[in-house]
Amino acid sequence: MSGAPPVLELRDVRCAFGDHEVLRGISLSVHRHEVVALIGASGSGKSTLLRTANLLEHIGDGQVLLAGEDISDPRVDADAVRARIGTVFQAYNLFPHLSVLDNVTLAARLVHNVPRARAEARALDLLASIGLGAKAKAFPDTLSGGQQQRVAIVRAIATEPELLLLDEITSALDPELVGEVLDLVRRLKDDGATILMATHEMAFAREVADRVVFLDQGRVCETGPAREVLGTPREPRTREFLSRVLAP
Amino acid sequence: MTPEVRLGGQGDRSDVGRAPHEPSELELGRRAWRRKQTTRSVLVSLASTVVFATLLVLALRASPGWARVQDSFLDPATARESLPRVLDGLWLNLRVLLAASAGVLVVALVVATLRTLRGPVFFPLRALAAGYTDLFRGTPLIIVLYVIGFGVPGLQLFGRMDAAFWGTIALVLTYSAYVAEVFRAGIDAVHPSQRLAARSLGLTHGQTMRRVVLPQAVRKVTPALMNDFVAMQKDVGLISVLGAVDAVRAAQIEVAQHYDFTPYVVAGLLFVALALPVIRLTDWYAARLRAREQMGSLV
Ligand SMILES: Nc1ncnc2c1ncn2[C@@H]1O[C@H](COP(=O)(O)OP(=O)(O)O)[C@@H](O)[C@H]1O
Ligand SMILES: [Mg+2]
Repeated sequence: MSGAPPVLELRDVRCAFGDHEVLRGISLSVHRHEVVALIGASGSGKSTLLRTANLLEHIGDGQVLLAGEDISDPRVDADAVRARIGTVFQAYNLFPHLSVLDNVTLAARLVHNVPRARAEARALDLLASIGLGAKAKAFPDTLSGGQQQRVAIVRAIATEPELLLLDEITSALDPELVGEVLDLVRRLKDDGATILMATHEMAFAREVADRVVFLDQGRVCETGPAREVLGTPREPRTREFLSRVLAP
Repeated sequence: MTPEVRLGGQGDRSDVGRAPHEPSELELGRRAWRRKQTTRSVLVSLASTVVFATLLVLALRASPGWARVQDSFLDPATARESLPRVLDGLWLNLRVLLAASAGVLVVALVVATLRTLRGPVFFPLRALAAGYTDLFRGTPLIIVLYVIGFGVPGLQLFGRMDAAFWGTIALVLTYSAYVAEVFRAGIDAVHPSQRLAARSLGLTHGQTMRRVVLPQAVRKVTPALMNDFVAMQKDVGLISVLGAVDAVRAAQIEVAQHYDFTPYVVAGLLFVALALPVIRLTDWYAARLRAREQMGSLV
């Protein structure tokens, strides 16, 4: 842990909706080139946590630091912070009125002032590298779920964000389409991306994640190397959760 | 917030008696800062309003004809004397407004539904509905008022009806054409997958429209509908051209009696006062819709 601060650090982060406390003091960090998997039952607050990290959700208490900078300070420019973080949602959230190419280049052109020609060249490279070069002019609704999700990932990485947040990106996909999306995440990891991902794919988490964080009742119940948390969990609640999701 | 939160929790049981979280120094500092920002922006807007209003008043008072305009448009005595009759007239406006709104909702919904009918059998109905909206959206309301108010009674098909009645009919005809288009836009905005889901359950076209599509469509266009309602609220004043003694007509009579335009200003302000609650309600409703359909609550 020497030298550079973590890319993302949460310190005792809380978030409540009315009197329902969803996050009750979450602390975790994601270091450069690290892939951290966030697991936990449905409704345990994984999506909420990712949204607070992205300043899409209000923070009730605690701090969120991006590369050492306190982004939960109300004085920071939230738009500028979000421009440094890439996010992929469970339901793709592609813009249906824009072509694949325009979806991918929108942020580069609007937010990062990249000239259209350069943004499109890079987008076409990225799309070609995932085998979707021919679909650049197509509209999202004409693609399969797996193709849409891969476009959504490319859209998120097109601006070279410091951090990628992935929220159950395979949950809406047919089983035979899950593989192609996970392959892409594997490649991102090999390219050195820093990723925090909520996932239900335990086998994938064990293979790709460096560390696993198990959320339970709005708290971090157990955290550690993927092999240990998923293979030999210490906490009874982790064991209970894993036996439930791994049972056939 | 959601009930399933309460039901779902094996988790929640362990929390009984848990003390509520005390905000940290840091959070308290952030809240104080946000409060300060809010106070500051309120003060800034207050100051700029005062400055702007002062400049406006000064400019008005400095104008050469100010004394004469003040006397003939803003005379307190005339305002007081004309108020009762103008209020009487406004009561007629209000009744016409309510009757016309009910009529518009029904006619517009029927016309919008007719325009969505599929199949060659319904072509005449579809064409009729389309022709109607084209005609009445294109014609100035005042001309519709003259034609309906003076032309139709001439047919002598109906018994003697007063001017307010024909005015109401003219308003319903004109506004239904606009509102039907608003409804149609709402119907088109309901995602096709909703129709597929309803038909796959065996619902008929009519059932699908009534129980699935229209409720969603109406919700989507409610702010637009309220906007049309406000527009109609002031157009109700136009029935005075048919001789109905509404607020505008009453003000006209008072103007003639006092040789002073102040009653018009009185009537104008009363119309604004009538519209304000609905305008506020529209804002509130739009804000509520936004809040409900938002997941990340910050953008
Ligand atoms: N905008 C919101 N308003 C109220 N409650 C919410 C909101 N968003 C999430 N929640 C609640 O927060 C809890 C955690 O949700 P979420 O973060 O989506 O869980 P997960 O992604 O782990 O399934 C759930 O109980 C959910 O009902
Ligand atoms: Mg979720």
